[in-house]
Amino acid sequence: MTDMNANDPLLQEVSGPSPRQILFRRVVTHNGLMFGLVVVALLALVAIFAPLLAPHDPYSQNLLMRMKPPVFLGGTWEYPLGTDHLGRDYLSRLIYGARVSLMIGAIAALISGLIGTALGVSAGYFGGRVDAAVTFLINVRLALPVVLVALAVVAVMGGSLEIVIMVLGLLLWDRFAVVMRSSTLQIRRREYVAAAQAIGASTPRVILSEIMPNIVNNLIVVVTLEMAHAILLEAALSFLGVGVQPPTPSWGLMVSEGKKMMLFDAWLVLIPGAVLFVLVLAINLMGDGLRDVTAPENRS
Amino acid sequence: MLQFILKRLMLAAIVALTVSFISFSLMFLSGDPAAALAGETASGEDIEAIRTLYGFDRPMLVQYWEWLGSALTGDLGQSYYFKLPVASLIADRLGVTMTLGLCGITFALLTAVPLGVAAAIRPNSFIDRLSLFMSVAGQAMPSFWFGLILIVVFSIKFGMLPPSGASTWKHFIMPTIVLGYYAMPAIMRLTRAGMLDVLSSDYIRTARAKGASEVRVLFKHGLRNAIIPVVSLAAVQMGFMLGGSIVVESIFALHGAGFLAWESIGRNDLPTVQALILVFAMFYIVFTFLADVLNAWLDPRMRSS
Amino acid sequence: MTEPLLNVRNLKLDIPVASGTLHAVRGIDFDLKRGETLCIVGESGSGKSLTSLALMGLLGKRIVRKADQMTFDGTELTTMSAKELRKLRGGRMSMIFQEPMTSLNPAYTIGDQLMEALLLHKPVGREAARARAIELLEKVGITAAESRLGQYPHQLSGGLRQRVMIAMALMCGPELIIADEPTTALDVTIQAQILRLLVDLIREMNMAMILITHDLGVVARVADKVAVMYAGELVETGPAADIFAKPCHPYTRGLLRCIPLPGKTERGSELGTIPGIVPSLVGEVSGCVFRTRCDYAADACRNAIPRHTEGAHTFRCIHPDGMRHAEEVPA
Repeated sequence: MTDMNANDPLLQEVSGPSPRQILFRRVVTHNGLMFGLVVVALLALVAIFAPLLAPHDPYSQNLLMRMKPPVFLGGTWEYPLGTDHLGRDYLSRLIYGARVSLMIGAIAALISGLIGTALGVSAGYFGGRVDAAVTFLINVRLALPVVLVALAVVAVMGGSLEIVIMVLGLLLWDRFAVVMRSSTLQIRRREYVAAAQAIGASTPRVILSEIMPNIVNNLIVVVTLEMAHAILLEAALSFLGVGVQPPTPSWGLMVSEGKKMMLFDAWLVLIPGAVLFVLVLAINLMGDGLRDVTAPENRS
Repeated sequence: MLQFILKRLMLAAIVALTVSFISFSLMFLSGDPAAALAGETASGEDIEAIRTLYGFDRPMLVQYWEWLGSALTGDLGQSYYFKLPVASLIADRLGVTMTLGLCGITFALLTAVPLGVAAAIRPNSFIDRLSLFMSVAGQAMPSFWFGLILIVVFSIKFGMLPPSGASTWKHFIMPTIVLGYYAMPAIMRLTRAGMLDVLSSDYIRTARAKGASEVRVLFKHGLRNAIIPVVSLAAVQMGFMLGGSIVVESIFALHGAGFLAWESIGRNDLPTVQALILVFAMFYIVFTFLADVLNAWLDPRMRSS
Repeated sequence: MTEPLLNVRNLKLDIPVASGTLHAVRGIDFDLKRGETLCIVGESGSGKSLTSLALMGLLGKRIVRKADQMTFDGTELTTMSAKELRKLRGGRMSMIFQEPMTSLNPAYTIGDQLMEALLLHKPVGREAARARAIELLEKVGITAAESRLGQYPHQLSGGLRQRVMIAMALMCGPELIIADEPTTALDVTIQAQILRLLVDLIREMNMAMILITHDLGVVARVADKVAVMYAGELVETGPAADIFAKPCHPYTRGLLRCIPLPGKTERGSELGTIPGIVPSLVGEVSGCVFRTRCDYAADACRNAIPRHTEGAHTFRCIHPDGMRHAEEVPA
């Protein structure tokens, strides 16, 4: 019977690709993820090499060269995207603006990620009173109107880059806490966690080596989504005039400055807003894509 | 059910108390509220005078206790700028914001729920892709930018809608779209996911086996169950929306509570800002409480327990 | 001879999957007269549930159904419009599912759901529907039937819910009941009660029933006819008495050896097992699908398998006498 079955077509298993190959194929065939990765990488490079790429100094004003239109509206290549109301090169300001957005997004997401993960993981792991306390904190945080509180704090403490980052970092941890809490709750009941506890592993060790590796996928997804959230909020704060202060080139601030001339020169508003939209879209698509390709239920 | 409501009410009260403390202590973030209030040009004597006048020289907890006591009786203090009671100031402006919030959530529900249902009925169809695209784009769209684009197109280019003010219903169209668009992606995704989940359930198969028509299966048996979590999400979104109205109101110069907040921050009018944070937070707390109760009532499993 | 109520010829079900087409059910035939009970027996994954859903027209959109013939009371089901089929479903043929815990809609009362089954098909008022619901709840042995109407599914135990499901299936007085493992999800003590109830009601109302099960003990008690399914094919069909008295296909024999039968299995003797796993059904499937687990497999099993018929008893195997004397063949 065994011999006969050896080459029976009914029992032939097709040898498949390795898990790594499957993951790679899933990444490159996921259009949204690829778009997100490429755009975010490009903008990150632009932000890093801003001094090399910017054709002009983003701060230097030239009142003789005010309000030059971009090339596609009849301008010259000297100022590819035109100049603003103070004669500053719009392209250079956009390029430096990428630095502000990405830096604020990344650092705010890091801070809120640390706070939220610490709260969420301890709530999920310890349960009981710790969980009740964390859930309460999340409720309090959600009740506070983010934009208004951020505006008030920035208004009281002054609108520097550091303060904007700190405020956003201290406000945006709720989603981290919610997601990390539920992920930890799921993992915590698994047998290998009980096994690690049974052989006498310490609590920090169980959390770091048994829990964290299994929830890091979800963490990365939330990091991207919150980074996008922070970038949008910074832009909104700066647009309202209580975020990053002029003359720092922030995209939200550029929209706000362009607003006054919107009637005749809509491009002053359209260009920085569009770049902001594309960056946030790319980060979100990257996050959604990462969730799609690494979701445990997709794993073989 | 009654026990659930009481428990939920307790939680809401404690959250509200904590939030009130946080909004109160915001004033002390600057280190010295008297100095902040007096302005940069004030002399040391002026600051001291303000300190005693407003009672900033007493311990913070005592001040909080007093503030809380008067807040509970409806006295939210005096606006530094208007020299008027903050409570009446906010009450005057709240109508516009509430109208906007209701219009926004209605718009969001009326567009997002049908799209989410349609997407769930035919996964991967054109309509599913379209709604996915809209929700991804919607999440990435800066609302202030979206508002300005609408103004450029509909007010400047075509002259169809007024760009600012709140005197007619036409003034509310663009703000409603901008505010509602913000809540759409989440509602759409939840409706789609809920419908997909429900449609693959055994009781949907039972309904089909009974010979129920497809429309009846989808709406009477499907949507009735899928809509339960959407109701509470809508209430949460409504709470967020009121907080987010500050951006929309500033773009369209709608003189609601959000606009008041923006103005007051510019004027360093801390009691007004403080009170507004408290009011917006209270709305959120009340909405989520009502949502939970409504949710429990809609779900027979919770209603009878 | 009367026209059979249900007649199925060469039913095939294909499911497109990532690596090709899964031939879940491959050319099965059976028929059923009024008042008869047919038991379809097989392991999980053998395609028995899919077959029952195919009869009801409740397959998922992805599954492709083909059949030379599939008639219910002389009407062809495969060419029927969705609307006509809907009239049939729940009206003249109804189904009882495996999972009573999740098969009732949590948002509506028992009464609403029972009455809906009748109101969808018969031009009666709500009062009449209510009376019918109470009557049937009493019939399925539910006490205080009237007060149950206002209850929600979550307030009922699994056994009660399955009784409600049975009552719901009976609301329109159907001619055919398809019961897909109606007792599997229940406690063992409840299983016998529910089955007894179902069988009594079928006899009383002279309905035909297709009972899908993997429990041969149940089959032995209720079946008029048995169809044994393995990996998407009917390997053996026939009158219940024949199948139990002289099983011919090695798989049927294997199944019978796996369960103790009162009077047949000797005390102290070992119960059998069937080693091996069910093969993948993706791509072309030829020859006998059971050959990879069969003790009597030979090279010829890879070729087309002849069908042997003796009266109503049919089986497919290369051994023409079947395994009637198999006990003498060394394993």
